[in-house]
Amino acid sequence: MIVQTKSVRFDSISLDGGSTVAPVDVAYQAYGVLNAARSNAILVSHAFSGDAHAAGISPETGKPGWWDNMIGPGKAFDTNKYFVLCSNVLGGCRGTTGPSSVNPATGKPYAMSFPIITIGDMVRLQKMLVEHLGIQRLLTVTGGSMGGMQALEWAVAHPEMAASAMPIATTARHSAQQIAFDEVGRQAVMADPDWAGGDYYGKSPPARGLSVARMVGHITYMSDDSMREKFGRRLRNRDEFGSDFEAEFEVESYLRYRGSQFVYRFDANSYLYITKAMDYFDLANGCASLAQALEGATARFLVISFTSDWLYPSYQSLEIVNALRSRNKDVAYCELNSNYGHDAFLVDVGEQTEMVRGFLARVAREEGIL
Amino acid sequence: MTLEKPRRGFVREVLGRSDYAIISELIEPDTKVLDLGCGDGDLLAWLAGNKNVEGRGIEISSARVQRAIVRGVSVYQGDIDQGLAGYPDQAFDYVILSQTLQETRQPLKVLSDILRVGRRAIVAFPNFGHWRVRLAHLASGRSPRTALFPHEWYASPNIHFLTVLDFEELARRENWTIERRIFLAGHRELTALPNLLAEVAVFLIRK
Repeated sequence: MIVQTKSVRFDSISLDGGSTVAPVDVAYQAYGVLNAARSNAILVSHAFSGDAHAAGISPETGKPGWWDNMIGPGKAFDTNKYFVLCSNVLGGCRGTTGPSSVNPATGKPYAMSFPIITIGDMVRLQKMLVEHLGIQRLLTVTGGSMGGMQALEWAVAHPEMAASAMPIATTARHSAQQIAFDEVGRQAVMADPDWAGGDYYGKSPPARGLSVARMVGHITYMSDDSMREKFGRRLRNRDEFGSDFEAEFEVESYLRYRGSQFVYRFDANSYLYITKAMDYFDLANGCASLAQALEGATARFLVISFTSDWLYPSYQSLEIVNALRSRNKDVAYCELNSNYGHDAFLVDVGEQTEMVRGFLARVAREEGIL
Repeated sequence: MTLEKPRRGFVREVLGRSDYAIISELIEPDTKVLDLGCGDGDLLAWLAGNKNVEGRGIEISSARVQRAIVRGVSVYQGDIDQGLAGYPDQAFDYVILSQTLQETRQPLKVLSDILRVGRRAIVAFPNFGHWRVRLAHLASGRSPRTALFPHEWYASPNIHFLTVLDFEELARRENWTIERRIFLAGHRELTALPNLLAEVAVFLIRK
């Protein structure tokens, strides 16, 4: 299934920080058919480095979407039944307005003059898109990692629009460890002389810094087990140590490759802005407790975590679940066994598929659809 | 749909279990129910379908939680010994503890928590006072093994053994009101000598 990325332009968006971005473009993809009542829509939010291409095959790259194993005919998000929507986040670099977009006031890219954005701002833009498509209520809002934060934000900020929410491998607030890893990534970018205070557009981008940032990121997405299984201590293209600091271990070669590839598809300033948005995220901000923050949520919740995910450990999912239980909300929770670390929600989707399917079927039934 | 009144003395089955039939009869329609140790969510799914019950479950096994969620039951993966703390007071009309009390580490704490979280509790447990258990113990001089308690001592999930008398005495001591008590031997409902003859006891209690 070849899919096209579409785009909508809105006059402006107001941000949590008080400023506005005008105009604002949002890139999105959609799969399946929206029913006449517009009641079968599902919003899938991507993780930090994802984009609108969640499913199907991209005509440009020939590659499947980041959740292609979950979205499609007969899959967890069954496009024979549901209309699935995914948009690139505000501050991104894959079609939605972000620091690499041209500021109409200056005719130059925003770069570091782009205002600070939040997860709430990302959700506000998604809401504009959803309403633009004539959808009043989403059957579910879901996503893993940063996508899960958006799902939580939806349930709290726009409860009337979310019949259910499925935050997966995520947290209601970034921990010190998560902020720390993000900061290492940001410092790697900013330490690269090519970053030049963010004004590298039209010149050589901070490829080395961004690549190192991505390498760190990839380590946090895997687990000790999955790295041992995938790489072990195996050497690449040689039988003995070269003592030359080339990428001789397979794991080194893998990380270097992933880092170098990332540079082609991701903007370094977007890296800074989006990681900051995650670090600032705290669903309980302005409330006495997380439970109080979730007080007004009316969605049915399915929360999923993974045993080997040490970046977004299960205790963070349990914080969400316990806050919901303390307010007597409808929440199902399961910690799935997986060796794949944080990446599990993307790659180890067998059991996740079954649960999502069953949960969605129930929500659809209770919402009177299908 | 309501259950037909069982013939006196004979208890029908729900999902192949006569204690489920009793429990499902005790629960009023359109209520909110928490099932502790809910397994695959069998009973909750049945209650949702047949009595329009809004159900929630707690289950420790990830595989069972998954199966429950797959069938559309809201189950939380957690430990009953700790899991009840998260719920507000009187959050449920009924809290069900079916064949699980004897597996909890702190039965009295669990029961107290249940009666805080629920307006009523339905507690079903295998009766360790049954004559077969007594006889097996007396005759063999070993940990009794019967159809009700089939496990070897080292492999048994049961860590607190209780009888009908034990439970009633605890209820008296704690000032719980026993609203209904139903005693089962196979598919028969007993009227006499429950501590000796009942295989399974089902109590409907409130604080």
